[in-house]
Amino acid sequence: MTAVLTAFIFVVAIASFFLAKFRAQAASGGEPSRLHSRPSYHGFYSFLWVLLSGLGVLITLSLASNYHINTSLLGAIHDALPDSVFIERELILTDAKAIATGTVASKTGEVREAIAAEYSGLANTWAWVRMLGVIAGVLAAAGHTQRNVNVEFRARNNSEKVVQVILAAMATIAVLTTVGIVGSLIFETLNFFDKLDWRVDKYLFGTTWSPLSGVHHGSMDADKVGAIPLFAGTLLITLIAMFVAVPVGLFAAIYLSDFASKRVRAFAKPMLELLAGIPTVVYGFFAAITVAPFFRNSGDFIGLPISSESALVAGLVMGIMIIPFISSLSDDVINAVPQAMRDGSYGLGATKAETIRQVVLPAALPGMVSAVLLGFSRAVGETMIVVMAAGQGANLTANPFEAVTTVTVQIVMLITGDTEAETAAGPAFTLGFTLFCVTLLMNVLAQRIVRRYREMYD
Amino acid sequence: MYDDPKLGAHVDQKAIKISASDVQVFYGDNQAIKDVNVEIQDKTVTAFIGPSGCGKSTFLRCLNRMNDTIDVCRIEGSILMDGEDIYDKRVDPVQLRAKVGMVFQKPNPFPKSIYDNIAYGPRIHGMAKSKADLDVIVEKSLRRGAIWNEVKDRLHAPGTGLSGGQQQRLCIARAIATEPEILLMDEPCSALDPIATAQVEELIDELRENFSVVIVTHSMQQAARVSQRTAFFHLGNLVEYDETSKIFTNPTDERTESYITGRIG
Repeated sequence: MTAVLTAFIFVVAIASFFLAKFRAQAASGGEPSRLHSRPSYHGFYSFLWVLLSGLGVLITLSLASNYHINTSLLGAIHDALPDSVFIERELILTDAKAIATGTVASKTGEVREAIAAEYSGLANTWAWVRMLGVIAGVLAAAGHTQRNVNVEFRARNNSEKVVQVILAAMATIAVLTTVGIVGSLIFETLNFFDKLDWRVDKYLFGTTWSPLSGVHHGSMDADKVGAIPLFAGTLLITLIAMFVAVPVGLFAAIYLSDFASKRVRAFAKPMLELLAGIPTVVYGFFAAITVAPFFRNSGDFIGLPISSESALVAGLVMGIMIIPFISSLSDDVINAVPQAMRDGSYGLGATKAETIRQVVLPAALPGMVSAVLLGFSRAVGETMIVVMAAGQGANLTANPFEAVTTVTVQIVMLITGDTEAETAAGPAFTLGFTLFCVTLLMNVLAQRIVRRYREMYD
Repeated sequence: MYDDPKLGAHVDQKAIKISASDVQVFYGDNQAIKDVNVEIQDKTVTAFIGPSGCGKSTFLRCLNRMNDTIDVCRIEGSILMDGEDIYDKRVDPVQLRAKVGMVFQKPNPFPKSIYDNIAYGPRIHGMAKSKADLDVIVEKSLRRGAIWNEVKDRLHAPGTGLSGGQQQRLCIARAIATEPEILLMDEPCSALDPIATAQVEELIDELRENFSVVIVTHSMQQAARVSQRTAFFHLGNLVEYDETSKIFTNPTDERTESYITGRIG
């Protein structure tokens, strides 16, 4: 039914477009310059109004019908079975809807049949209301816009205004989503700290992470939610990753932008960017299945105990994953240094190496720093590789050959584990919020540097 | 033949600094310069004039091998500087460019301090033994660039913060800090206002005492004001090369006359 109504709205909108267009042409009397707006703008204006009012009425009436049907039927069930709990009533309602629409219900019975009959009646009425409402709305909009078709009407300005409102609405959705996510993070975090009796210090500085160990007693143990091992593990792996990615990425960028011939560049740059296209889950099992055993065996060979899940392997593979981010961004920044700078340096008798080291790199440095910070943010938030290659035990160590765990791994464990969601969500949201703060800080820092970079030459 | 016979006699005494013969320049399959023969005198300002795209900048960039940085560019013929072929395999273009300074059309100070801009060349060529030496070079260059008084109190402010005219004089000072023998200027005043232009022109006239200056310009008045000899390029050919006074008062070639009277270009 909804699909048919939507199709109807579109058909009327398109018809209204052509009608308005032809009427505008007719109104111009064969002289298009007399019109304020071109005929297609009259059509577009009409189209937009019909579409928006039709869809608006449809959505509003659908929401209203659902709300009305559910509340009135739940009320009816409550009257019939005063002792039932809410979940039972919901189940009965679902069954009744199933019976009414002819699909399989979990149970049948007198009450359910009665409610089903009531549902059919209500749904039928609402279907009519919806249909008539949509038709009325669409026709009203079409009629109103058709009346407006005349020589003076500013259809272009008005339709542009409508489009502007639509764009603003979309932007609002994006912003509100962000606000909502951050809001829920903050809310759950505060909730979690409330359960800890506000021992935020224990969370920030404690060294034992085992948040669910006391849960069956009904409360969180503040001594077991120390996030230090997780952040230490994240930091260790991130540092190893940056140790791999920064030199490789930066030097590759310098080579590609200033030394490589056109042919090498045309081949190497896409190859490097291909690395960025590999899904992180592939990196993850590559690390766990290929790299980790290789390191463990090599370690055995020289008498170095490397555990099969280690910070080193995770960091190394993560570093490889980050290389294209750093090299590609740095390459862009280095290329953005004007040729005039290089010419100026060559003109003074500087060699290529001197030019790059003393003119190009200092000019590109802020941009390169922000590339590195962006890579850092990615490393901190990376999940798949560490889940597979870094380990799960919250182990506080600086030894890269041992298994450590990271913030993201623990969030995965909490959410995918078999503890009920409501309990596990607290620590997970709190970790997520802390991680969010860290990455946000890095991004703000990166943007600051980029802004300073823009002032360098223009 | 000359408006000022004394000036002509004076010019004739000068030694030949650069001698180019049968120079051809190609960009890929495109020939930008055809059979250019020119002799540039020491301690003289030589102007290259001609309509846009006539090859005067391209030829200028041949003189310090700046065209080497363009992959598709190919040069034939010979260019001798003090009798040595600068395109000889044994010549290092980097060393050549230290001897042949260049000032570009758009001021291009490095995003460094004024001091570091000037000190850039002397530092890479190891011209100063100590910080004090370097200070002396920087001050001397800024004075010769006629910008010392304006920047002496802010040597450590960024060079990019100066006005366009100041930036261009900074770039000239930067070029002379390496003590070149020849200074190439590629339309140095095209981005400047008349006042800054006048300052730069005055500066060029002073530089003539120590350097041989080659200037590419679109302004015929500027060529007439600052140069002693003028070369007129048209469609990649060197049409006429003579005393500036002769080019502007009594040109031999029809095309030169058409250009200076505004009929072509």
